[in-house]
Amino acid sequence: MEAAAEPGNLAGVRHIILVLSGKGGVGKSTISTELALALRHAGKKVGILDVDLCGPSIPRMLGAQGRAVHQCDRGWAPVFLDREQSISLMSVGFLLEKPDEAVVWRGPKKNALIKQFVSDVAWGELDYLVVDTPPGTSDEHMATIEALRPYQPLGALVVTTPQAVSVGDVRRELTFCRKTGLRVMGIVENMSGFTCPHCTECTSVFSRGGGEELAQLAGVPFLGSVPLDPALLRTLEEGHDFIQEFPGSPAFAALTSIAQKILDATPACLP
Amino acid sequence: MEEVPHDCPGADSAQAGRGASCQGCPNQRLCASGAGAAPDPAIEEIKEKMKTVKHKILVLSGKGGVGKSTFSAHLAHGLAEDENTQIALLDIDICGPSIPKIMGLEGEQYVEDNLGVMSVGFLLSSPDDAVIWRGPKKNGMIKQFLRDVDWGEVDYLIVDTPPGTSDEHLSVVQYLAAAHIDGAVIITTPQEVSLQDVRKEINFCRKVKLPIIGVVENMSGFICPKCKKESQIFPPTTGGAELMCQDLEVPLLGRVPLDPLIGKNCDKGQSFFIDAPDSPATLAYRSIIQRIQEFCNLHQSKEENLISS
Repeated sequence: MEAAAEPGNLAGVRHIILVLSGKGGVGKSTISTELALALRHAGKKVGILDVDLCGPSIPRMLGAQGRAVHQCDRGWAPVFLDREQSISLMSVGFLLEKPDEAVVWRGPKKNALIKQFVSDVAWGELDYLVVDTPPGTSDEHMATIEALRPYQPLGALVVTTPQAVSVGDVRRELTFCRKTGLRVMGIVENMSGFTCPHCTECTSVFSRGGGEELAQLAGVPFLGSVPLDPALLRTLEEGHDFIQEFPGSPAFAALTSIAQKILDATPACLP
Repeated sequence: MEEVPHDCPGADSAQAGRGASCQGCPNQRLCASGAGAAPDPAIEEIKEKMKTVKHKILVLSGKGGVGKSTFSAHLAHGLAEDENTQIALLDIDICGPSIPKIMGLEGEQYVEDNLGVMSVGFLLSSPDDAVIWRGPKKNGMIKQFLRDVDWGEVDYLIVDTPPGTSDEHLSVVQYLAAAHIDGAVIITTPQEVSLQDVRKEINFCRKVKLPIIGVVENMSGFICPKCKKESQIFPPTTGGAELMCQDLEVPLLGRVPLDPLIGKNCDKGQSFFIDAPDSPATLAYRSIIQRIQEFCNLHQSKEENLISS
């Protein structure tokens, strides 16, 4: 892939995927984390950039909270999560002195930090950079897309839950993608049903069907439904690798299938 | 769409109007004159407008998707059951305005005679319209909502907010500063991933001196409709809201369990209380609403005592 901008810290990154949702709390960080883990288990080198400045969730999800960030000659060194350095992470969470400290910034200051994050992290060679975003269609999103535009992101994965109230916000996010020229790789419906561990009855806790209907309405691919899975939620709390530890779990099949679709949709690299 | 330059230093910063990125901005002269540093006249105007509003409650959470809008809507429904109480619900989630959908409104602004709603959602012509605004423009909208809407005689103004601690939150606190906010209700779910954001929100409230009415733990346990046994979908691996509230010395107003009927009713724009009056979730809501009313009344009598003494 030819870099359309001056070579910088993103020059070695082959494919950039943004994970978006108009709606908060639908599982963007969860899906970003699990997608990254699944791609890594498929043999890819993956980085995760967490640009949710107010609510940086990913360090905890990967058991990396409290890790220190170091400067190297090319900028910030991302935090490596494994010895093989096949998965790395940068998040504002690492820059907070106290984890309970609120980042109470207005737009312009957030924009400045996001630009820095995008250009000053020395990612090195990566197959995929997964960019997790906060909910909405505002400063952070515009700043991220503008900063990434020269590097031609592969596209956006848009996350929703089944309810109308989520779909309502996500429709606006799809408009945002269209207006900013960001290709929508597909929609993921998260929290699609919960299977009672006592009697195995599956209940639609957050309504049903919204994700698939939205994909049809908007003419974008539907990548799959991920059920509510207590094992997944627990590993996120504890910072473990769900893909490795729970291959038999309900959410595993859905998440690995979504990762496979991303792999299939990735164009082969030009020499 | 762009009204301010990308690197706008901020109208109230020392660099206002003088920074390199200020060149060519339509507000450059105004900022350079120091007008940005003076208190916004809207604050006094809003104070006047708010004289007819008895109680103001903000519904906050650092975390998205924990049920702020659901809670705001049902707080409004619950309070409005008394026909003699006038309720106003203001939705300042400009990018993701959920309140119109949850309240079953496409354009009308009154759900009941005594329950009025205002949201940017009403100003959007299509459900696909995206509000892609930067901070300053969002702040302007919030100012307009507070200053230019004719609220009339209102007993409770409930303000639903987006997730985070950013422009919208700073603006609403700033613009209502002179008008006095009763307090904030903070919503969380039991998981640490929510609590870690909610702790930040609590610190935000303390920083801006916003009283905290208390915390509500939402999605706290799920009762299977078939076998009636309880499971924890969102496990409280670090002690849930209860432990957080103890540690940070804020009241826990209550826990609301997950009831699939809540989501269904929100989708239909109906009050969940009407569909499921005996649900444990309804009972939890009612108890929480009562505690909020008690806080507001206590507050009010304290103020009246101060004035009369």
